[in-house]
Amino acid sequence: MWKRDESVKPATPPAQTPAAMPSAPVAAASAVSEPRTQLGRDNVNIGKSVIIKGELSGSEDLTIEGHVEGRIDLKDNVLTIGPNGKIKAEVFAKAVVVLGEVTGNVTASEKVDIRDNGSVDGDIASPRVAIAEGAHFRGAVDMQRAGAKAQAKPGAAPAAGQAQPQPQAQKVGA
Amino acid sequence: MADARSLTDLFGILSPRRVGEKAAVVDTSVAQVTEASYPTKALQKFLGGLQGADNPLLLDLGPVVGSNVTFFGEQLGCRIRVEDIADDLDRHVREGKLEQLPEYFAKRFTQEPGSVDGILCWDILDYLDRPAAQALATALCRLLKPEGCLLGLFSTAETPGQVYTKYVVVDESTLRYRTYPALRHRQRSLLNGDIIKLFKDLRVTDSFLMKSKLREMLFRKPATRA
Repeated sequence: MWKRDESVKPATPPAQTPAAMPSAPVAAASAVSEPRTQLGRDNVNIGKSVIIKGELSGSEDLTIEGHVEGRIDLKDNVLTIGPNGKIKAEVFAKAVVVLGEVTGNVTASEKVDIRDNGSVDGDIASPRVAIAEGAHFRGAVDMQRAGAKAQAKPGAAPAAGQAQPQPQAQKVGA
Repeated sequence: MADARSLTDLFGILSPRRVGEKAAVVDTSVAQVTEASYPTKALQKFLGGLQGADNPLLLDLGPVVGSNVTFFGEQLGCRIRVEDIADDLDRHVREGKLEQLPEYFAKRFTQEPGSVDGILCWDILDYLDRPAAQALATALCRLLKPEGCLLGLFSTAETPGQVYTKYVVVDESTLRYRTYPALRHRQRSLLNGDIIKLFKDLRVTDSFLMKSKLREMLFRKPATRA
């Protein structure tokens, strides 16, 4: 069902198999195009024409340029919503980068990054959140610091340290 | 009570109305985008007021400012809810429904009464007519927890241009003012007494007149007596 995009030249020999793709218990998928393996890493791309309704889960980094409705679960991986991506879903991932549109709550164990022209309409729960100038956001942000503080103080210091130098934070500016 | 009008209200009636809001067009020649940093005294006190709360809920009535979210999230471990009232105002101007704003504000917030620890009101009240400002202030008072804080900024002088201001927190004692085009002019400046009347359920804890011609006011909701 899945085939690689030949136009993308992998840097290393393409060793991905269809089994390595995110398992997608998709309730209904119309116009399903192929997820693409890029750069030989565990990164899958769902193309512009793809519409997925249902639950999307997996163990690889995923870039979505199409439409997804339902739930996305990539707890240990990075989810990127591309500029053409439109998501109406509850999202769970290690890190979420938004360049397109997300409607729904976003939970990330590491970071949520809403880039310029990215849009999130929903609540965000993540220890780090970056919202760029020009991004749209409507909802609540829970950076969960209280829990982290209560659990482990050593963890809190690097978190604060990470936050300081970020060039994004400059851009984030407002 | 309803007939009680302050001097500023009367001056507001007598003075020529500002034009442009019906047209709902941004005059970009006037709406200059500027940016400058100014000291703040109230922010530090506002932050101090929230320090004691565990995982406080902060309501930000301005447009989303990424670095503010980071600042408040990391400094205070706040949950931050962004409710862009300027965007609401622009929408009402665009649709020619400004008279519906009081009713809108009365139902605008979905949070439980007494559930919010801190409110960053910024200067949005300067852009509202009296009834809308009163409706918004009443809604905010209702949302605030006992001992919760509200930070409001109020202009004391005419501001050129049809702009809103994003207040970017640089640090506890510095704000960067960054203007962006608005669909409505700042309305008349509110006097101290008017502001206190708007937030009659709150107590003024600090008030600073800054060189930036803004009055920074910090309010606190009195604790409920057992």
